[in-house]
Amino acid sequence: MFGWLVWRDLVLAWRRRSDVLATVFFFIIVTSLFPLGIGPEPETLRTIAPGVVWVAALLASMLSLGRMFGNDFQDGTLEQLLLTPQPAFLVVLAKILAHWLVSELPLVVIAPLLGLQFGLSENTLVIVVVSLLLGTPVLSVIGSIGAALTLGLRAANVLVALLVLPLYIPVLIFGSGAVQASVTGTGTQAWLLLLGATLTISLVFAPWATSAALRISVE
Amino acid sequence: MSKQRTNWYKYAAPANFYPLAGKMIPVFAVPAALLFVIGMYVGFFVAPTESAQGESYRILFIHVPAAWMGMFLYVLLAFYAGLGWAFNARLASMMATAIAPTGAIFTLISLITGALWGKPAWGVYWVWDARMTSTLILMFLYIGFISLQSSIEDPRRSDRAGAVLALVGVINVPIIYFSVQWWNSLHQGATITATKIKMAPSMFAAMIIMTAACWIYSIAVVLVRVRYIIREREQESPWLAEVTA
Repeated sequence: MFGWLVWRDLVLAWRRRSDVLATVFFFIIVTSLFPLGIGPEPETLRTIAPGVVWVAALLASMLSLGRMFGNDFQDGTLEQLLLTPQPAFLVVLAKILAHWLVSELPLVVIAPLLGLQFGLSENTLVIVVVSLLLGTPVLSVIGSIGAALTLGLRAANVLVALLVLPLYIPVLIFGSGAVQASVTGTGTQAWLLLLGATLTISLVFAPWATSAALRISVE
Repeated sequence: MSKQRTNWYKYAAPANFYPLAGKMIPVFAVPAALLFVIGMYVGFFVAPTESAQGESYRILFIHVPAAWMGMFLYVLLAFYAGLGWAFNARLASMMATAIAPTGAIFTLISLITGALWGKPAWGVYWVWDARMTSTLILMFLYIGFISLQSSIEDPRRSDRAGAVLALVGVINVPIIYFSVQWWNSLHQGATITATKIKMAPSMFAAMIIMTAACWIYSIAVVLVRVRYIIREREQESPWLAEVTA
């Protein structure tokens, strides 16, 4: 059932490609705005690049959180899924995985191109991709809590930002820290390990909170 | 024959707690006002001028208690919210809702007074130092909790959703704190350490009295607010009409 759920979400996302593309373009546009606002000096751009890429990734992943459970909630699928004998934990995990594949993985793929815009070296680009690969799943995992809590509320999109962005802060710090360490030539390993630790911890605890939140929102 | 004992669970019912809270409010409000006056007197007139910072250090008499209360009340809020969720105790959930604005206000006070103190002491209003940044994030957590609860109409769902968020927040607070601290050590430029204040006994006394005042004030205000919440939610109950008649 886990695989089936992920597959179903992927098919649904494929049928609404424009939604997925919108997230990617949002990511590209936001990162491109910063050089325009700050100026084209390569030295400055290199300094702000880690923060810009990571903040844009945070915002872009947050934009798509409403879709994680929203459509299934509206047509009643979610209620049926929670009634199945499978643990809700699994349902949530499948949703998170699908959200990551659909909304975050494209960002990871496109990020090196944006890094080139900021004049990052090849080694740093590798770190950008690795840190995003480790960090973006955490965004999906933590974001799922916010998405579940705000299900069906008015102004859910703004609310989800208020709830989720403060919880994203450690990921932002570790992720941009890794990239920055690579720019300045100090070791990146510690930051990547911290990101990995955050991922493991959040994977263990957050789906539990999300399933509790889903039951609260659905009942 | 067993001895007659006070049944504390009795007061878990809003109908019994409402009059009790009404009686308890002056018990806390009056000492809070008195302690504020005493604490301010000691703080302004008895405590000596600090050698390094002059008079401006006196703002710490409100800043430090406010910061403590801001942190402590968030933990308390999460505790009550969790209690209400786990045992389906409505009153505990109401307490959590009642605590949130007070905690947010204390956090805001500690941020503002911190900025006002920072200007003469450090030369700037705001520094991205670990403690200040995590206090700011704590403020965001309060705002998230309050706005989530206020946007949910159904009280049952509002209580429980708030509980999930508060518990997730409480688990996150240490992670956020350490991440901010490491982030701060990454950006070396901003590290400023406060000069150690050698406390004269009267300074210490002022600090303790102000802390006690803030603490008791919080209890009084939370009781007032929880009474309003009870009245709002129990509008239909016959007991409320009897009590307020």
